[in-house]
Parts: sequence; structure tokens; C-alpha cells
Amino acid sequence: MIDELILEWRHRLGSMWRKPRVDLPLLGALLLLMGVGLMTLYSASDLDRGQVISQALRFVLGLVLMAAIARIPPLTLRNWTPWLYAGSVVLLVVVVVLGEGRGANRWLDLRIVRFQPSELLKLTMPMMVAWYLNGRPLPPGWTTLGVVGGLIAIPAALVAKQPDLGTALLIAASGAFGVFLSGLAWWRIGVLLGAFAGVVPVAWHFLHDYQRNRVLTLLDPEADPLGNGWHIIQSKIAVGSGGLWGKGWHHGTQSRLEFLPEHTTDFIFSVFAEEWGLVGVLLLLALYVFIIARCLWIAAEAKDTYARLLAGAISMALFVYVMVNGGMITGMLPVVGVPLPLVSYGGTSAVSLLAGFGVLMSIHAHRKMVAS
Amino acid sequence: MPRAFKPLKEARHEAALFRRRALAGFLIIVACLIVLGVRFSVLQVRQHDEFSARSEANRVLTRPLAPARGLIYDRNGVLLAENVAAFRLEVTPEHVRDMPGLLARLGGIVPISDDDIARFNALRKSKRSYQSVPLRMKLSEEEIAKFSINRWAFPGVEVVPYLTRSYPLGAEFAHTVGYVGRIDEDDLAKLDRGDYAGTTHIGKTGVERYYEDRLHGEPGYEQVEVNADHRPLRVLDRVAPKPGQNLYLTIDSHLQEVTEATFEGRAGAAVVIDPRNGEVLAMVSVPSFDPNPFVNGIAGVDYAALLNAPDKPLLNRVIRGGYAPGSTMKPFVGLGGLELGLRRPSDTVLSTGEFFIPGQSRAYRDDVRGGQGRVDLVQAIAKSVNTYFYSLALDMGIDRFSDFMDRFGFGRPTGIDLVGEGKGVLPSRDWKRGRFNQAWYPGETVIAGIGQGYWVVTPLQLANAVATLADRGQPHTPHLLRAVQSGLDGRPEPAPRVAAPANVIKRPDNWLAVQQGMIEVVKSGTARGLNDGFPYAIAGKTGTAERYSRTTEEWTSISASPIERHQVLFEAFAPADDARIAVIVALEAGRSGAHDAAPIARKILDAWLPGDQEQQGRDTRTKIAAASPEPAR
Repeated sequence: MIDELILEWRHRLGSMWRKPRVDLPLLGALLLLMGVGLMTLYSASDLDRGQVISQALRFVLGLVLMAAIARIPPLTLRNWTPWLYAGSVVLLVVVVVLGEGRGANRWLDLRIVRFQPSELLKLTMPMMVAWYLNGRPLPPGWTTLGVVGGLIAIPAALVAKQPDLGTALLIAASGAFGVFLSGLAWWRIGVLLGAFAGVVPVAWHFLHDYQRNRVLTLLDPEADPLGNGWHIIQSKIAVGSGGLWGKGWHHGTQSRLEFLPEHTTDFIFSVFAEEWGLVGVLLLLALYVFIIARCLWIAAEAKDTYARLLAGAISMALFVYVMVNGGMITGMLPVVGVPLPLVSYGGTSAVSLLAGFGVLMSIHAHRKMVAS
Repeated sequence: MPRAFKPLKEARHEAALFRRRALAGFLIIVACLIVLGVRFSVLQVRQHDEFSARSEANRVLTRPLAPARGLIYDRNGVLLAENVAAFRLEVTPEHVRDMPGLLARLGGIVPISDDDIARFNALRKSKRSYQSVPLRMKLSEEEIAKFSINRWAFPGVEVVPYLTRSYPLGAEFAHTVGYVGRIDEDDLAKLDRGDYAGTTHIGKTGVERYYEDRLHGEPGYEQVEVNADHRPLRVLDRVAPKPGQNLYLTIDSHLQEVTEATFEGRAGAAVVIDPRNGEVLAMVSVPSFDPNPFVNGIAGVDYAALLNAPDKPLLNRVIRGGYAPGSTMKPFVGLGGLELGLRRPSDTVLSTGEFFIPGQSRAYRDDVRGGQGRVDLVQAIAKSVNTYFYSLALDMGIDRFSDFMDRFGFGRPTGIDLVGEGKGVLPSRDWKRGRFNQAWYPGETVIAGIGQGYWVVTPLQLANAVATLADRGQPHTPHLLRAVQSGLDGRPEPAPRVAAPANVIKRPDNWLAVQQGMIEVVKSGTARGLNDGFPYAIAGKTGTAERYSRTTEEWTSISASPIERHQVLFEAFAPADDARIAVIVALEAGRSGAHDAAPIARKILDAWLPGDQEQQGRDTRTKIAAASPEPAR
């Protein structure tokens, strides 16, 4: 009896090992990235073990969530998609109506946990776009494009209204990548970009003052050295003083002397760049490139349009995080609250990112079943 | 594939399309990241020298400077709350590897309580690790010496001078001035962190709390150049903090002292108000406590002892104590009868010793067995004849009764500038329905007429009502703040006044009749002889209420000692025609208002009126103007 049980469990464990639901290269790269994140956080938080431990616990939570999602077949995800999307948009509306947060209404208080419904959309948005395009002839025409545009614009506008420009940008981008990957004709892309360029001056009028200031400050940070320009100047000093090889772990002075604001969250990349130098930065960027490449490969392997578009959009959205955050800390792009994936301190972003990788793992694990 | 199917899904085609797009996307991504990498290399290699130099120069820290808290004086410039130089231990967490170990070792040299450590840990969370956090306040000289010898063993721990709050008159003003205490987590949640960046204490009770905004001041800051270890090298820029405003209270500390002394430790409260303007001249709640240990954190044992003491020293009886007003209500009820046109001053009532509501058998008693004969209003007040007020209250009915009493501020806070004032209870139909969800009975109106039943007043409410009566029906909101001094050498400016409400008495003749009754109280009535030897006519009224209902066990158990059986009150104003002072005295245990409370009130009057009060007033003004604020800053 007991022997049988042991045998059965051996068999089970063995099958999990032989047919893992995770993509080991991707998992390895993610673990490496999280390690870099925790190490940088330890230095940026001034050797605060408490912060590192709480971030590590979030990673564990995110990894568990990832493993759980990885076991859900993409077909099931596809069936759930419209409901998940509708649910997250409803939550978003609830937040706008009665949400509470510091100055910005983006949190929903569930007594036990507070979370941002906008984080959900980082996943449900590409799911919805993939679901819709999956049922349409591809490459998409203007009609399809119009519907997808609506699907993207409504939640993105709600999030931007909160106001959380960074997340709105990420959500819109993940949807847009779905359309791009579906094979939207290049000339149509050109027309859209042209129209977008025409809309920018109009959009300018709808931006909050602080958002405009961020853009204006970017053009001339030295003009406002104590206000908005402070972030950019201090970040550039931190990055630039790091040099080729960096000042060494926990030897960055900018963050430790508190000159650098938000140095465990949005500006943690500056701390990394100061302490590890250009060599470290390039290695970190290479790690991101590897992860994105691996994810796109998983997407290309998927045998169904829904899974392909979803996986592709999630992978490319990761790039937006890195680009916007890196551009911000080097003074190339405006100060927009976008974290460096799996490195910046903060729970919701880490968990939602890992959930996204869970979807990728699931698509990877079920590629053969879908094909058959 | 037939042409008709062309617009439909074509899996292989879509997969190929996706692969091409994914590759294009990947190339775009790589291109963008190369741009980002180039950007990093421009900053980190080409401009490295420039940024390296700027990083070196970037060693200026901004440190908050706490403002000196405003001082508190009485009306004559006697200091009630001052700032004195003291020393505290501060720890900079950044320089400490093993915090629990350090605290344990430090505790072996300088006593550090668990409270200190708990507060330290709470504060630490709200600060950056390079900012120092106070650990132990008010070190003694011996402790400073002990620490200094061992200082080498405690990197990151420093003795820092600061200004601490001190209350030179101690317990006498604990309930009025209140005290400041260390900022705790609750305070942190409420206050503006920027304004309190360098501040360690905040007003917790009394005037210290109510006028926190005036007393605190505005913080300054200094920009300090630091070396690589964050040690300050020199101060580059300094914006001085703006000290808080100095407050001059309406209290006369001499009168306060006399008032407190006359209680001889018996539990109770007294309030003295200038009826012409609502200035509180003295407010005493006995017993009291020394506020000084609270400033830097009172030991848990001592606090528990104060909290659990049976006579409740921490309770400010003046604004939170609840007393049955008893017969002190009679002048107000009598006035109501005249004002509402139910009685003329000359109308008489026969007191037989017992009063019955028509058709009911329950007897409402007079104090004198067999009654006091036929009495008019003046005699009814002077001899405190219950029957007069029983029948008057019944004629009034509860609605008119409570409406009229409301004019004197019963049943609601007086609006004094203190936090936590009690409301008391003004009996009314609405109150009873809200409290018990029950209808009102006529018998309850009858006993309300002599200040019994549901009635609860705070001493301050009663004093406020007496002051209103003393100023011939003109109410003034009682207040403690007299003048405010801004800046180091500014002149004290009178505190802003609250607009006085309208006069509550319609016919001055009615007031005269009540006043006559109250004068007779101290001449020939219940407190006869109290006016003897006093230069002015006093108007007063006694009040004696049973502490316990006669049916309860407490009553029987103490019945052997009549001294303990009653709550006793006395209210008075003087001079009767042109009142400059209104007094109420409440004792929680005594034989009668006349026997125990009235003599205390007389001593208070003696201490204030005979010394030429006008002269005193002028003195005050010059003293306030001359009071040069050179205390510790």
C-alpha cells in the first residue's frame, strides 16, 4: 500500500521533472534578474534587510502565482479573456468612482490587501486584444483596428485619468504590440503614427500641470534645479559618476546621501548604474534582451494566434518598461513612473510581471497540445 | 484554397506573418536598447569626469531646525510653561551595525526604558537611516558624564542639546495649561511631517494642545556640507526657524493658587469667570498631578498609578466632570417663570412640606419638614424652597423649561478653548427619547425644577451660566487666551474675540427680582453670614444634591457619615449690582453647599475683589507690555 503510494509520487515527481511546465532558460534568467534586483535594493535601501526580505517575499508570491498560471491551458485563458477584461475595466471604474490613494486614485482597498486594478490590465489588455484578433481575419483592416483601438483607449484613458501616465502608457503599449504582431500593414502603421503626431499638440492640453512640467523639465533640467529638474540632474550625476566600472556595490554616494529621490523604486536603475558602471548596465540590458528574445521565441512556437499574440505582446511590453525607465534615469525621456522590471522595489508591479511570465510559461508548456 | 475563404483564418499564413513581425519587433527593440546603451556610455564614459566632479561637490544636506515653542504666561506675565535647556541621546542608525546589541550595551550605562525603545523604533521608521533619532530624553548630569567616558564604544550615538518643556507651577496648572509629550505614531499620522521634521514634542492636552498651531512655530533649515562619511563640515546656508507665539492666558496664577489651596485636597472643581467678558480667571480641578514627567515620557508604573487612582487626578473635572446642579438651578428656574410670564415676583406659593402633582399620590418633599409657609420668589430662592419650583416647573412644562435653560448654555459645550469638553445633560423630551427611547413624565419635570433628575452639568457650564446671569443676561464665551505675542520682541496683541451672543433676558426687572433672592441667600437665607465683612454685596446660591440614590447600597453604607453623603455646590457673583467675578465651587463630598462649598467661594472672592481690581487690570496691561521675553530660546 505504502509502496504503491511512494511509487505513484515518484512517478508524479518524475513527470514534473521530465515535463516541466516551466521554460528553464527563461526561469533561470528571471531568477538571475531577481537576484540582481534584491542585491541592488539592499544597497539602495541602505542595507535595510527588512525591505529586501519583503521584496523577496513578493517575488516568492509572484513565482507561486506564475507556477499556478503556468498550469492553466491557454485555451482556458482564451475562454476567460472577455470576462477578465470586462472585470478589470469595471474595477477600474470603481476605483475612479470611490478609489482612494495618495493624491492619485489608483488603489482599491480590499481591507486585507490594497491593489491597483490598473495592474490587472497589464495582463488582461493584451489578452483581450489577442482574443479579439484571434477571431478576425488577419492582417487587420481599419474596422478591426477601430474596435481594437476602442478596447485599448477606454481603459488606458481611465488609468491616465487617475492620473497614472506610466501605467496607462504600458497598458496602451501592450495592446498596440498585439496589433503590430498581428501583421498590421506597415503603411497603416505609418498612417497611425502620422495621426498620432498630429494629436500630440491636442493631447498637450489635456495633460496635468505636473505632467507638462516633467516634459518641459526634460528639455532643460538645469532651469529648475530644485523642483522637477532635481530628479533628472541627480539621476544623471549618479549614472555619470559611475563611469565604466562603477563605484562598487554599496559605494554609490548619490543615493546614500539622499540626493537621489525614489532610489529604491523608480530610480533604482540609477543606483545600479552608479555602483556597477557601464559594464554592469550593458550586462543588465543584455539580460533583458535575452529574456525578451526567449519570450518572443516562445511566442513564435505557439501554434494558435491567440497564444502567439498574447505571448508576443507581453514580451514586447517588457521592453517598454526597460526603455522608459532607462530613458528616464538618463534624461532621455520624461519622468514617468515606470519601474525597472523585477528590480524596482514594489509589490504589485513584480507580481503582475511574474503573472505575465506565468502566461508565457503556460503557452510554452502547452504548445504541443494546442498543435494537436 | 478557394477564394471565398480568403478573408477567413489561415493558420499557417498567420503564423508566418507573426514570425516576421516578431523578428521585426525584436530588431526594433534591440535598436532602441542600443540607443539606450549609447546614452549610458555617453554619460558614463564621455561625460564621466564632469559628473564625477559634480558628484564630489554634491555633498550638501538640508537639515531641519526645530522652532522654539511659544511660552505660556498667566494674565500678569507669570511663566506657566517654559523651555529649558536639556540633553538627550540621539542615535544615527546608519552608523550602527547591531542595533539591539547597541541598545542593550547602552542601557547598561544610561537607563533606557522599554517605552523609550518602543518610541525610538517607531520614529526610526519615519526617518532615513542617516538622520539621527532621539532615544532618551532629559539626561541627568551624571548620565551625561557616564556616557561621555564611554562614548568611544558607541559610534553613532551622541548627546544633543535641546529645549524641553517645563511647567514651573506643576500640578496647579496641569489641567489648564496641559502638557506636551513626545510625538507618537498617532500624532505622526495627523501632522504635517515637513512642519514637524525637527520637532520632538507636541501639545497633548489643555492649552498646549488647543493652541498647538500657535505655539509650535515654523521650522527653519540649514544646508550643511558633509564629507564622504556624512560628517558635517560647515554650514552653507541657514534659514532660522520662526519661534511659536507666546500666549498670555486669562488666568491669574495667584487666584488659581488661592483657589486650589482652599480645597485642601478635597475632590472637586472651581471655576472663576469675569462675567463682563468671559475671561476665565481661575479653573481648578482637585486632585491634580505633576505634568512635568509626561513631557519626556512618564514611566508606565507611575502612569498606571495616576490612571487607577480612585479620585481620578487625570480627570479635568472643570470640563469633563458631571454634577447634579441641584438647587443652584433655582435662580434660573425662577427667572424663567418671570420671563415666560408664569409668575410675578410677588406671587406666593404655600410650602407645606410636601408637593403633589394633581391627581397623583407621590409626594415631592421640601427640605424642611412641615414646610416653610407662604413664600414669594425672593424667599423661595433665599430659603431654597422646593415647592415653589416644583409647581413652577410643572406650570412651565418640560418643553418651555428646557428651551429657557438652553439659553444659558446647559446641555452643550460652552466653546471654551480646550479640547474634550463635556456636554452635560439638559433634561428634555428629545434628550430622553434619544437616550432611553421613552416618553417624558410630568414627575420628571417637577424634579428637574430643583436641578435633580436627569440634570448633569460640568462646573464650567454652571460657571458660564452664572456669569451670564451676573452680566444681566449677556453671555460671553468663556475663554483662556487673553493675548498673543508673535516674534521675539513683538507686543502682545489681544486675542481675537468671539462675537457675544444676544442677551437672553427680556425684562431687567425680572433679573432684579432674582438678584434680590440671591443676595438674600447670603444675608438671611441658606448661606447667611457669608457676606459679613465683605465690602460688596454678594449674590449667591447653594446647591446640595444627594450623591447616591437612597435606594442603593452605597447610600446605606455611608449613611453613618453625613459629611460624605452629598455633592455640594455654591455659585456666586459679586459685586451683586455690577459683577466683576462669577464663581462656582463644586465638591464631590460634603454636608451641604452652605457648609462646605460657600466658604471656599468666599475665600476666592476675598482673594480677588477687595484688592482694587481696576488697578489690577491696569497693572496687567502694563505687565504684559513690559514682559520681555528673554526665556530660554
